Formats: sequence, C-alpha cells, structure tokens
Amino acid sequence: MARAVTTQTKVGNTVVAWIIALLIFFPILYTIITSLKTEQEAIAGFSLIPSFTFESYQAVQSQNDYFKPFMNSVILAVGSTILALIVAIPAAWAMAFNPTKRTKDILMWMLSTKMMPAVAVLVPIYLIFLNTGLMDTRFGLTILLMLINLPIVVWMLYTYFREIPGEILEAARMDGATLWGEIWYVLTPMAVPGIASTLLLNIILAWNESFWTIQLTTTNAAPLTAFIASFSSPQGLFWAKLSAASTLAIAPILIMGWFSQKQLVRGLTFGAVK
Amino acid sequence: MGKIQLRDVNKSFGATNVIPKVNLDIENGEFVVFVGPSGCGKSTLLRLIAGLEDTTSGTISIDGRDVTGEAPAKRKLAMVFQSYALYPHMTVAKNIAFPLKMAGEDQAAIDKKVSEAARVLNLTNYLERRPGQLSGGQRQRVAIGRAIVRQPSAFLFDEPLSNLDAALRGTMRLEISELHHQLGTTMIYVTHDQVEAMTMADKIVVLNAGNIEQVGSPMELYRSPRNIFVAGFIGSPKMNLVEGPPAEKHGAKTVGFRPEHIAISTTEGEYQGKVGVAEHLGSDTFVHVHTDALGTMNVRADGEIPVHHGDTVWLTPDPAKIHRFGKDGLAL
Ligand SMILES: Nc1ncnc2c1ncn2[C@@H]1O[C@H](COP(=O)(O)OP(=O)(O)O)[C@@H](O)[C@H]1O
Ligand SMILES: [Mg+2]
Repeated sequence: MARAVTTQTKVGNTVVAWIIALLIFFPILYTIITSLKTEQEAIAGFSLIPSFTFESYQAVQSQNDYFKPFMNSVILAVGSTILALIVAIPAAWAMAFNPTKRTKDILMWMLSTKMMPAVAVLVPIYLIFLNTGLMDTRFGLTILLMLINLPIVVWMLYTYFREIPGEILEAARMDGATLWGEIWYVLTPMAVPGIASTLLLNIILAWNESFWTIQLTTTNAAPLTAFIASFSSPQGLFWAKLSAASTLAIAPILIMGWFSQKQLVRGLTFGAVK
Repeated sequence: MGKIQLRDVNKSFGATNVIPKVNLDIENGEFVVFVGPSGCGKSTLLRLIAGLEDTTSGTISIDGRDVTGEAPAKRKLAMVFQSYALYPHMTVAKNIAFPLKMAGEDQAAIDKKVSEAARVLNLTNYLERRPGQLSGGQRQRVAIGRAIVRQPSAFLFDEPLSNLDAALRGTMRLEISELHHQLGTTMIYVTHDQVEAMTMADKIVVLNAGNIEQVGSPMELYRSPRNIFVAGFIGSPKMNLVEGPPAEKHGAKTVGFRPEHIAISTTEGEYQGKVGVAEHLGSDTFVHVHTDALGTMNVRADGEIPVHHGDTVWLTPDPAKIHRFGKDGLAL
C-alpha cells in the first residue's frame, strides 16, 4: 500500500516536472523551430513543424558578421566574471570568516543595488561613458558588467564560504599552516565547487545581459545581444532571421550550460540541500 | 616540554567579559581538565592558550617564553576539536601528514611517522579513505593522529568525545588516558562532564562564569570542595545541599551530604522519610527519599537493597563526611 502511494507520487512529480520544464523551455524551442522556417511560414501563424530551411541562417551570416560579436560576448562574459571573482573572493572570505555586526547590513546593501531597475541609472552611466571615452569599448563594458554582477557573485561566494566550518581553518592554523598554506591547501580545495558554479552562473548572466550591452555599444564592442537586436529593425520584423540570430547567440552558452549542468545544479541548490 | 602559565588573563568579546581574570600554572606532563557548565568559558580559555583568540589583557607563556602575541602555528601546540575538523578533501594519510608537510619535513620521514601513528591508533587499514567514509570513533582517532605526529609540547582537547555514543566515549576515554601515559606530554582537556574530569585528570580546574573556582586533584576536589559550586559540580550523583535548621545544627549556612555518605535503613536512623523513586542497578541502588527535615535527598547504597516506592526509611549522614559552608558559600 505504502509502496503504491510512493510510486504514484513519483510518477506525478515526474509528470509535473516535465510539464514545467517544457513550459520554461518552450520559448527557446519555438525560437529554434522558427529559425528553421521561411519568413512566410514564420509570420503565417503558430506551427511546430518548420520546413527545415537554413536560409535564415545564411541570410544572417551574410548580412552581419557573427564572429566579432561572438568574440565580444566571450571577452565580456569571461572577463567580467574573472574580474568579479578577483574582487569578490577576498570580500566574501572576510565577511564569512571574520563577520562584524555590520556584515549583514553590507550584504543587504549590496543586494539592494540589484533591486533598482537598470534604466534608473542609464543617464549618469551613459554620461560617464560618453565623457570618459568608454562608449563602445570592451574595457568599459567589462568593468560595467563586473560591477553589475558583483553583488550576486559576493552573495553566492559568501553562502558557499559560510558552509565551510571555521574549525577546519583553525585546525590548519594549529597544524602550522601559514595564511597562504591555509588558503592554498585547505580553503581553496574545499571552495572549488562553489567558486566553479559561481563562475559558470555569472558567465551566463553576463552573456545574456542585454540592457547595457545594447545601450552602450554600436559596433566595436557589440556582443551577441546587440547582434540579435540588429535584426529587429524598424523596416519590419523578420521573425525567422531574428530567431536564427537568437539561436546563434544562445547556442554557445546553451552548450556550455549543458556540459556543466551538474556544477550548476549543485551551485544553485547548495545552501538548500547540502 | 610543556609548562604553561597564565597570568591575569582576561578576555572580552565586545562588552561581554567572558574571562574576568585567570591565573593558572600547568606543569610539564600534566593531564589538566577544565570542567564547568556549558558557556562558562572553557573553550575560550583553551582557544586563548592555543592562540586562536587574542587575550584582551594578561600574558600566556609556554616553557617560560611569552607567547601572548604569537600565532597558533608558532606555539607548537596541537588541538583536537569537538567536530574533529578533519580536512574532508584529503585522505586519512594526508590528514595525518598535514602538520608534517606544513613543517616542511621530507616525504620519507612523513611516511614513516604517519604509518607509525596509524599503527598506534589502529588506522592502518583506513589510510586511503576520506574522513566522510569513517565512523565517529575513527574520525576521532584521525584527529588525534594528526595531533600526535608533530610531537607538540602540549595537546589541547575541546570536548573531543561529546559527539560519540556512551559506549565509545568510555573506550576513547581510556585510549586518551593510555596515550597520555605513553607520551607523557602535557594535555589540557575541556569537558562539561565531571565523570570525564574525575577519571582522566591529574589536575582539575573547575570553571564557573569565567572564574576558576578551584584547582586540585580529583580526590582533593571530591574530599574538600572549596565552595558550594564545586561541591555541587564534582561527584555523581550530586551532593545533597541543605539549608536551615539541619545546617545550623552543624554551625553552617549550608551543609552538604554526598549520596554515598548517607546510610539508609528501614528500621532506624536520624531523619525519617518516604521513598520516591528507587533505581536498582544491581551494583548500586539510587534512592530518592522525601524527608520532612531535609527535603528530597539522593542516596546511593552499595549493591541491591530492598526498598521500593512508598516505603518509610531512615537516613543517617556519616558525621565525619559532612561538608559545611558559610554565608559566603565557602567551605568552613
Ligand atoms: N566569538 C565570540 N563572540 C562573542 N561571544 C562569545 C564568542 N565565543 C564565545 N562567546 C561567549 O563566551 C561565553 C563562553 O563561551 P565558551 O568558552 O564557548 O563556553 P564553554 O566552552 O564553556 O561552553 C559564552 O557565553 C559565549 O556565548
Ligand atoms: Mg565549549
């Protein structure tokens, strides 16, 4: 009896999980399907079966260079993430292992910057970029993306580091480890999974950031998000081409996500499941 | 060598003064137990000695050398933590080898010392496992192994047995005492369990709210507790403390009768009472007796005695073993 209930529950959970997963994935799936349609099919209405033509991909390729925005995306996403980690690791260590009365407030204050819509600071940042010559430069955008994601990176790392019992670090100290030895032999190996999933998640966030990358670039530093946007032109929407561009833009990150999904799941559920 | 001296050691966390002022001498080779109720500052005192906390004022010296400002690594002390604090990503062998590696010893010497420690601690077959694949008792032994390989001048233990079940605790208690006899190294052992303190210590330091209440050998503390706190804390079951007329009769504010120093009889005696609960263990019998004159008394009798709930009994404290305390709580 008990076993029957368990099996039923399991089947039910699986079905619900699949429905939710399909609902979430559907926009991406439909984008891919649409990218394989002709423009006429694309406007014609809802249909799940494309004619499997690659003409949109060819059109997109000939109309706009894919390689340059792709490289820009890689540089911005990876560069901003590594910079963020360099700043966030010491910050998170300090807050996790030597907290003060104000640590919680500082964390909350950091997070609060993410509660503000980006457009609220568009004008000041736009002006800063304009006046310092950072407009449409990879350097400026890398720094900006780093700053935007920094609160999340610090929060994630802080959560991981907090899970590492302080007594283990103290044991290393008692065992004669110097600060460097403590960090290299004990802290880092224990924190590697957390650092890795923070890195992966942040690359995804930076890759998909589209507000600032579109506002502050024209050609030189434009990443794939701007590449997509260039296909929604005022002359009329070309659904199939837009979808093909989107598919090309998300493909690299989708592939990376697929191969690192174990890390990501662990990263996103770390505090909750243990 | 491992002679440790604390002089006027004071520790505050912000505004809370956890250790008001402690003076203590620990001789080389001694097994010293810090005992006291939870939250009384035992761990803090141990961590001050270890160097994991900085003193607010006062000095700590090891073998005559002032180490007050020194980093833990420089003090040549080894510590065993309550949570074991093993390195989860290293094998047992690597865990035990870690202090040697940090000391820069060569691999051949490390291997030799690790296998020797593993042999002593019965860990030889587990050297390639990770801490997560060991039982609590085995993890405890790895933690001890990690402590002994470096031949420290003293060992610090912070409630090392409190995560183990009762049976294992008894065995590990013996193993640690045995280790102390073998190595002859100073050991400072923190516990809230007075049985551990009584059975293991050469010298017990009774702490209460950050103050040392008394320092002495287990039998000194048992026979002549300096005040009511020590009297109530040392000894199991606890000493019966009585105020009022029975105490005045002995010229004291409070008198204490140890459960094992009260004779119980079903026919005659000094104080009459009724049996509440009688716990028959075979080797001993613990009897809770409700008396009019003394209140509820715990009595321990040798072997099996025929008393049961509701029986009327008479209690007679051994007059030579009555503890008397004055108004200030100090022994008279
Ligand atoms: N890092 C700390 N910050 C503030 N208070 C602390 C800290 N560590 C210990 N305390 C306080 O000091 C007192 C003694 O703690 P502790 O030494 O751990 O007691 P014990 O080991 O005897 O149970 C407790 O009241 C505890 O709350
Ligand atoms: Mg403690």
